[in-house]
Order: sequence, then C-alpha cells, then structure tokens
Amino acid sequence: MTDNTEVPGANRLSGPQPEVARAAGYPDAPPRMGFFTDTSVCIGCKACEVACKEWNAIPEDGLELTGMSYDNTQGLGADTWRHVAFIEQRKPLGGQEPGVGHEAVDVFAAAGALGTSPSSPGPGATAPAPGGGSAAAPGDGPPAAAPAGEISPVAPEGRTELRWLMSSDVCKHCTHAACLDVCPTGSLFRTEFGTVVVQEDICNGCGYCVPACPYGVIDQRPDDGRVWKCTLCYDRLGVGMEPACAKACPTDSIQFGPLDELRERAADRVARLHSAGVADARLYGADPGDGVGGDGAFFLLLDEPEVYGLPPDPVVTTRDLPAMWRHAATAAASLAALAVVSFARRPR
Amino acid sequence: MSGSDVTRDGVEGARPGRDALTGAHAGRRRRRRGRGRGERAMVPDAEFSSYYGKPILNKPTWKPLDIAGYLYLGGLAGASSLLAAGAHATARPALARTAGLGAAGAVSLSLAALVHDLGRPGRFLNMLRVFKPTSPMSVGSWLLAGYAPLTVVAAATDVAGRYRPLGTAATVSAAVLGPAVATYTAVLVADTAVPSWHEGHRELPYVFAGSGATAAAGLALVCAPAGQTGPARRMAVLGALLELGSFRLMKRRMGLAAEPFENGRARTLLRAAETLTSVGAALGAGPGGRNRAVAAIAGAALLTGSAALRFGVFHAGIASAEDPKYTVLPQRERLAAAARSQEPGGAPPAS
Repeated sequence: MTDNTEVPGANRLSGPQPEVARAAGYPDAPPRMGFFTDTSVCIGCKACEVACKEWNAIPEDGLELTGMSYDNTQGLGADTWRHVAFIEQRKPLGGQEPGVGHEAVDVFAAAGALGTSPSSPGPGATAPAPGGGSAAAPGDGPPAAAPAGEISPVAPEGRTELRWLMSSDVCKHCTHAACLDVCPTGSLFRTEFGTVVVQEDICNGCGYCVPACPYGVIDQRPDDGRVWKCTLCYDRLGVGMEPACAKACPTDSIQFGPLDELRERAADRVARLHSAGVADARLYGADPGDGVGGDGAFFLLLDEPEVYGLPPDPVVTTRDLPAMWRHAATAAASLAALAVVSFARRPR
Repeated sequence: MSGSDVTRDGVEGARPGRDALTGAHAGRRRRRRGRGRGERAMVPDAEFSSYYGKPILNKPTWKPLDIAGYLYLGGLAGASSLLAAGAHATARPALARTAGLGAAGAVSLSLAALVHDLGRPGRFLNMLRVFKPTSPMSVGSWLLAGYAPLTVVAAATDVAGRYRPLGTAATVSAAVLGPAVATYTAVLVADTAVPSWHEGHRELPYVFAGSGATAAAGLALVCAPAGQTGPARRMAVLGALLELGSFRLMKRRMGLAAEPFENGRARTLLRAAETLTSVGAALGAGPGGRNRAVAAIAGAALLTGSAALRFGVFHAGIASAEDPKYTVLPQRERLAAAARSQEPGGAPPAS
C-alpha cells in the first residue's frame, strides 16, 4: 500500500500480496472482489449452481444420480463452476439438543411450557447467542450457556445425533494462482478485480492448468478442448452487478463484495458462531499467509476442509518453481558432464 | 424419525458399506513414521476424511501416449544431441550421424505429440504468444522452438554433406540446448499439484537426465557400428547409475507420495524400467558390447527401459491425483508439524 507500482519480488510466487491487481499491472485497480461462502446458513438448494449455469450458458454435463447423497453434481469441473457439497454426519451441529425420539417425554406438557423457559427455545433450535443474539434465534436474550432443556435430556447412545453440512464450492481465485502461473499462452489472466479468468479465444487446450490447481477446480471440456472455470461473473462485475450465484442465493450463504470487507464480516460471524456453541466453525482460505496467499473466494466451514473435498493445506505449486529450475539446471549440467566424461579417454 | 429405526433386517436406512464416514467419525489416525517406506505396496495405514472418497484434484487430462511419450522423446533427443556433438568432435562420423538423426527425429515426433495432445491443435502457435518463466510449458515451447530447427539443420547438413560450418554450429548449439530439453520436462510435471510429481521436484530432473542418457546411448548402440560406440556404452552406464540412484533417493524422500510408484501399472512399468536399464547398461558396457547383436539387444533394452520409466512416472502421478489420500495426508502432516514447531502445546491453527 505504501509501495508504488513496483512489485516486491518475494510476493510474486507465494506469500501475502495485499495488492494483487496492482501487482498484475493495474495501477488504478478497484478493490479486490471475492466471495465469502458461509456454509452455516447454506440450505443446499443449489440455486447457485442453476444460476451459474444459466448466466454463463454452461452446457449440460450429464444427468447422473450418484446414490451417495443428495449431491449429484459431485465436484467442480469444466461445466460445473458452483458445486454444492452435501454431507450427512452423526454429530450435533453445535449447542442444539440432540435426539428427537423421546417416548418418555410428555410432549403436551413440554409444548405448554414452550417459550416460557429460556432453556426451551423450540425444537431443533441452536442455542441462542449470549447478548447480541444470533440469526438462529433473534429477539430473546437468555443467559449464556443455557442448560440442556427438558425436552430432550439425553440422546440415547448418541444414535440420533445428526447434522447435514452443505457447502457451495467455487473457484478460489487464489492470490497466487497456479493455473495462471503455469498457463503458457497467457489465456488465464488476472482481472482488475483481482480475480482469475480464462480468455476462451486464447486457450489452446494444453491442459497444464488442470493438474496445477491445488483445489481441483479448472478442467478441460472434452468436446471443446479448452479449459473452463468460474469467472466470478467478470461480465457482471464490469457493469457493477454481483455474480449470478450470489444474486440467486436465498440465504446469503454466498456473499459477494470487497474482500477486505468480507474478511471482517467472516471473522465476526465465526466469533458469533463460537459464542453460540458451534465450536466447529472455522474459516478456510481467509488467511493471506497461507500456501496460496489467501483465497479470493473463502469459506466458513463446520468441519475439516477435507470433509468438504477441500485440501487442508493447499500450496501453490509455483512456490517451489525457483528451486525446480535450479535443480533442472544442475541436472542439465550433470548430463553435459556425464557426456563429457563418456567421451573422455580412459586413464592409462 | 421418532420411531425405532431398528428392524428385523438391521437398522433401517443403513445400507451396509455405503455409509459416508465423515468428520470426527471417520477418525484421523496419524500415519506412523516408518522406515523402509516405498519398497512394498502397503496396506494404507492411515485413515483420513474425504468427500465420499472423491479426488480433491482434477487429474491431468493429458493423453499418456502423447505426454509420457513426449517426456521420453525429449530426453532421447536432448542426450542424443550431446552424443552427436561429442562424436563430431572426436571424429566418430557414424555415431554422430546416428545421434544427430535420432535427435532430429525424436524432437520432431515429440513436437507432433505435443500438438496432438492440445485440445485445440490449430492454436498451437499460441504457445509462443508470451514468454513466461513461471510456466515450464512456455519455457519449454521456446526452448523447443530454438532447439528443434537446430537439430534438423545439423542432421540435414550432415546427411547432405554440405554447409559443414553451418552444420557444426548447429550441432554445437543443439548440444548446448540439449541437456535443458532433457531435464526441463521434469520441471514440467513437477510444477503441478499432483503429489507424486510435485514431491519429487528435487530429484526428478536428475532421473530424467539419466533416463535421457540411457535412451540416447541405447539408440546409438542399436544403430551405430560397434567400433564407434565406446562413449555411448560409457554413457549408458553413467546414465543408468544417475537414473536409478536418483530415483531411489527421490522415493525415499517423498514420503507417502512415493506409494503410487509401488502400486498398479506404475509399479509394473518402473520394475521393467529398472530391470531393462540395468541389464541394458551391463550388457552394453560388458565385453559383449562390441558384438553387434549384443549391442543391439542392449540398446533396445535401454530404449525400452527409458520409455517405461517415463510412462511409469506418468501413471504414478495420475494415480496420486486420483486418490485424495495423497493430497490430504501429507498436507495434514505438514499442518501438524507447523503447529508443533510454532506453538508447542498450543491450539492448532484455524486452518
């Protein structure tokens, strides 16, 4: 920020880079834009998938029933730029009272007491946040750490504890994007918004970006030969509109905006969830010090990243590229030396 | 949900073997550090979470014959240029011609394979649209754009017997670029998120350098008269030592990412590569190497062994991208190590 347009070389391949668009050659770049996907409010409706397909005119890529879950999309690819993951776990979400089958409970008596006691906020509700209240239970301000309610005292052997995790995955628009780094044609480029976009009229389908991506986002469209991925709706951003998926999201699980603002909002949201008893809540891809310099599209997750099919500690492969070139140069020199030795006359 | 879900046939809704084990219920037992890793195909000794076992990475879309073939031909061409220049300098005309033609032929074939693998072959010239040091494929394209014409000029002037000074200059220049052509392909595959390629980025250039040398020596042994193949026979031995030695070192240092080299098709190919290269080098360097037939057999073994190595490395990479284990476990270990070193006894970092 205090720097002029000169780019610190250390930040070219890895590490924090606060001015990613300026570093890419936009002197008057607008603020970096991105997504904050708050999976704690995702309802798995897949409106984002549909909106993305509609707006970007992405072809159909197979109607398949996986049989593994409600997720029949399976993963990101050339023709899937938003993918809603669906996970079922035998685990409580957070402070909610686990267990729903309780034959011994007099439900009529309990219903009569509903709402009169802070420990009986209603079936299935998460424990309300102390003080400020949360989106789950606004209005009533019970004391912190409400005791387990009378409705469901114990879950028998934890057998009925259950939660569904839903998360809308997308291209991360990395600060240090391996796909962009390795693209030999310059088809992949950094936009003024700090996002990463494929120029479809340049891509010659070499496919190098596909294995370079540490998240498994970009892929080749077989009949077309070129690679495709989320553009963060570059066309919509250009005219001041928000991306189609964020626009379509009915719960604001997908939030679009300046990255700095989103990061603040996300930190606030995690703190709120933690105080509400959702200890699993954590941010993913929000740290500018991580292996890809932070994601332009980051997430609030309720379990380990790999549960959602995300790598736990992705590193941009080009971080090691200087070392690779050095090793290749030494190996080339060794090969040349090997040849010289082969031609040298043997010692007498 | 309130009724009992236990029925005569077991728990209702539970389909045996189809439970998605996720989160804490899947367990995250840490892999134990063990010695002797990499020599046997092991039973996976660590559990980890994944999204229904689906791969995290998108596997390379490269066609094996095109790209593994390209890796092989690049090595053959690059090392052949060295042989050609050496033979030129030491007055071994038949060896020079064999190696020179081999380099020109191999690099032409490899270019054809590269273009064939493109999703849009008609746009292959876009490779030369920019020069990007961060893209090994861009660097390689420029390298080949300089190298391939040199080998063709060198071979053409040699065969035609005219423009000798031009031919000499081209031979020398090709020999300067040749080692880079042979080794940059290791950077090409290592500069990806594919675990079994990336984790070998330190040693893979040496493996490819050695493998290129054995291939070039093999070609010379097959085609050149025995009287001039002395340097090729020595190159076969040195190349085999470099290739097999650095490959072993690489596997030892790679940890879990070495496992795909010991499984399935990659294992078969790499075992074959090791055997063929060792046998070829031993046969070629031994007293029988001056016999035309023995030299031809040794050369064929070396050529095949080098190809098997590239295909084995290629397939191991694909296998490592297809299994989330190789993505998740090393990264988990890295996180755990970082947490241990930074704040002993502290809380793990927030992802």
